Amino acid sequence: MKAWLRHHRGAFGAAAGKLRAQKSVALLNALVIGIALSLPAGGYALLSSLRAVAQGISLQPQLSVFLRHEAKRQDAETLGARLKADARLQVSRFISREQALKDLRETEGLADVVAALNRNPLPDAFVVRPRSADPGELDALARDLRALPEVAHVQADSAWARRLGALAGTARLAIALLATLLAFGLVAITFNTIRLQILTQRAEIEISKLIGATDAFIGRPFFYLGALQGLAGGAVALAILWGSLAALNTGVADLATSYGSSFRLAFLQPVDAAAVVLFSAGLGWVGAYLSVSRYLREIEPS
Amino acid sequence: MISFSSVSKRYPGGQEALKSVSFTIAQGEFAFIAGHSGAGKSTLLKLIPAIERPSSGAVLVNGQNVGALKRSALPYLRRNLGLVFQDQKLLYDRSVFQNVLLPLAFSDLSGREAERRARAALEKVGLAARERANPVQLSGGEQQRLAIARAVVNRPATLIADEPTANLDAAAAIAALEIFASFQQVGVTVLVATHDEALIERFAQRVLRLAGGSIVE
Repeated sequence: MKAWLRHHRGAFGAAAGKLRAQKSVALLNALVIGIALSLPAGGYALLSSLRAVAQGISLQPQLSVFLRHEAKRQDAETLGARLKADARLQVSRFISREQALKDLRETEGLADVVAALNRNPLPDAFVVRPRSADPGELDALARDLRALPEVAHVQADSAWARRLGALAGTARLAIALLATLLAFGLVAITFNTIRLQILTQRAEIEISKLIGATDAFIGRPFFYLGALQGLAGGAVALAILWGSLAALNTGVADLATSYGSSFRLAFLQPVDAAAVVLFSAGLGWVGAYLSVSRYLREIEPS
Repeated sequence: MISFSSVSKRYPGGQEALKSVSFTIAQGEFAFIAGHSGAGKSTLLKLIPAIERPSSGAVLVNGQNVGALKRSALPYLRRNLGLVFQDQKLLYDRSVFQNVLLPLAFSDLSGREAERRARAALEKVGLAARERANPVQLSGGEQQRLAIARAVVNRPATLIADEPTANLDAAAAIAALEIFASFQQVGVTVLVATHDEALIERFAQRVLRLAGGSIVE
């Protein structure tokens, strides 16, 4: 155990020594890895920020049923009773024209517009939630509701939210694909870097093999080198992401304020940031492992 | 003990380097593998640490069939063999001392014990005073002695040397062979490939003579 730890300590020291001895090469490699990783990491940060906004939006199918403008409160009660009796509906909520106007007045930036109105133009309405989310059934329900004598207009409120959800899902898939492709790229970069490093130490490796070094002993310094490069690349990716978000947020802040929002693009959560660095280090290790294994099999086939 | 039983070796190109070779070398024995260039001496020696695998037959080292060993078992076989190569295979970006330390780097010895052993090995071959030198600063004979020091630092039971005197003058060659003889006197099996008949005559040990891949004497 003591010898095993000593071997690992020696291998780590050798790897760190190689990085120190080739600072400019190590820096360039870290930059290449960092730039590659910052793309999916940035996409993930962007989606996380948007998800926080989208969580405030209901993705449940929802219909707004507007009454005719000349409808009386009696008509609203009749319609309310019909909706309550309809087995296809889960919940229905009545919003009076007075309540709707009050809500509108409280919406940022619209108070002046509402104050300029000489009468309430808004109709009474019901917001209903169907039991089924099936698009065909929703269409049939909307058609039936439109046919009721008290109803002027039916609007499927959740359609855009569902579209946003689908778009977010597609973006997540695209980021996952990008991350997978770039992960292969990172492994290839490390594979090649370690291969070049192996070639500069070919004599030492071949002699060590001849006099009794195990593959693990020979490979360990290279595995650590790959992992350290990945780690440095991950750190560079986080730095790029942090800098980019800081720069973007100045523009985003202005845009969001004009919409009365305090929305900002958020940096990764600490656990996500740690995952980026560890993932990068892991891929570096894998690239080094593949490179060393291949070389050792070349010089000594089974 | 090293035992070859009907061992043949054919290289991928079709060249047959060894043809049904059989012999046994007892523990603590000193033997020369003699023969002209191309006789199969190097191939024979490479089969013992499984640098090459036999095409047929069995190579036994201390009862273990090395031709059948898995790749992962080879390092442990080789640590019990001291190998001296014709071209020495020294690391020229390391000091003499670091070259001798190399086989101990993957042993379980502590750093202090490894250094003690490396100094003892250098002492044994008369290079203690040159431990900080670079191998390129050494003469041919000294480089060969350094290769011997690296081969014995792990205290192997068997020493195998392929033409260790090929590039040495007569005095240096005798000095190198005397080091091998001194290891045999403490129970180490020594197997030396050479084409130098004068050395074979001088040391008067057992000789396995190869010609065209077969043992002829």
